[in-house]
Amino acid sequence: MKTKVLKWILLPAAGAVIWWLIYSNLSAFAGWFTYSLLKLEQGRHFSSSVEFFVFETPKVLMLLVIVVFVIGIIRSFFTPEKTRAILSSKTEAVGNVLAALLGIVTPFCSCSAVPLFIGFVTAGVPLGVTFSFLISAPMINEIALVLLFGMFGWKVAALYVGVGLLIAIVAGWILGRLHMEKYIEPWVFQTQVAQTDVQQTMSRQDRVNCGLTAVRDIVSKVWIYVILGIAVGAGIHGYVPQDFLASFMGKSAWWSVPAAVLLGVPMYSNAAGIIPIVKALLEKGAALGTVLAFMMAVIGLSLPEAIILRNILKPRLVFTFFGIVAAGIIIIGYLFNMVL
Amino acid sequence: MKKIQILGTGCQKCTKLADLTRQAADELGIEYELEKVTKISDIMKFGVMVTPALVVDGQVKVAGGLPNVERIKEMIK
Repeated sequence: MKTKVLKWILLPAAGAVIWWLIYSNLSAFAGWFTYSLLKLEQGRHFSSSVEFFVFETPKVLMLLVIVVFVIGIIRSFFTPEKTRAILSSKTEAVGNVLAALLGIVTPFCSCSAVPLFIGFVTAGVPLGVTFSFLISAPMINEIALVLLFGMFGWKVAALYVGVGLLIAIVAGWILGRLHMEKYIEPWVFQTQVAQTDVQQTMSRQDRVNCGLTAVRDIVSKVWIYVILGIAVGAGIHGYVPQDFLASFMGKSAWWSVPAAVLLGVPMYSNAAGIIPIVKALLEKGAALGTVLAFMMAVIGLSLPEAIILRNILKPRLVFTFFGIVAAGIIIIGYLFNMVL
Repeated sequence: MKKIQILGTGCQKCTKLADLTRQAADELGIEYELEKVTKISDIMKFGVMVTPALVVDGQVKVAGGLPNVERIKEMIK
């Protein structure tokens, strides 16, 4: 009993306190490191870049570890099989909303997009609902969420989730209304899908292990992009003059939103590195809507995914899918530039 | 003789799972036959929606994850 209390309550609590103490002193540390230890002069380009880098790097990595860990645990409660069972009994509108929400918490990697699509569609999940899931799962990304929260605060992070859900729900619903079932490759419906359920009962320890594995997998993959992104961001922060970007990434440049989306599509794997750069861009006069559109296009629309989906969808449906999501992102970009 | 099948379309994790499974089986010293199932329609016949997956004697043991060698040993025993 005593060891249980120690392991499940005291240890995590102590860990959280230590984490918080370090986290809340990072800004002071970066200042001390830059100006007292390295004795750099205040107000210089270089020292301001160094301070940015020394502050943002540990901050983002610490946030990344904690969020990936928690999401890893949450995801251990969800499986694609459960998600499919929930969705196959729902009507369209409700289904689109649920699918978008489940897309956030269901563990899923883009290499499984094809079997997942077939599994959903053949089990009677409507096409539009399936698309809502396929849009939301990659677009609302835990790494992006962490970085946005860490660098811009909870409002922008919440905005990102809200907008991502909205696009997934609406785009999926429109795709469903278009009745494009005939543009799915016919062999998809001829595929024999067994309905076996993988029964995996998990203990509390197993779920914690899921969280730890997620941390190891994800952090070991993205840390280098995060550091590179922060380094570039630090350079922009220190050296690019204020309002330099306002003329071509600001609100007045109407073409900047579609241009940002076009630019974002081929950039895929660098989602982790893109946000620190984005923060620096924003400081220098880029508009939030433009920047948000850019980021969503980087994360949510990827060429590799289009190529994978081409295996099961005819070109017309792939284009429609991409077109609707891209249009959604562009509209959102303009909307933010107008409102904020 | 155990029949072990690795389901996956050839992503990085699938190759990793095959390697780990081979290692686990060799360490246990059991007799086995390992087959990689890469065709999507064949994968779907197992009812698996996320790859990689490990199938032992026709039974799906794990889908969409990468267990460690010790876990795999328990599954293929």
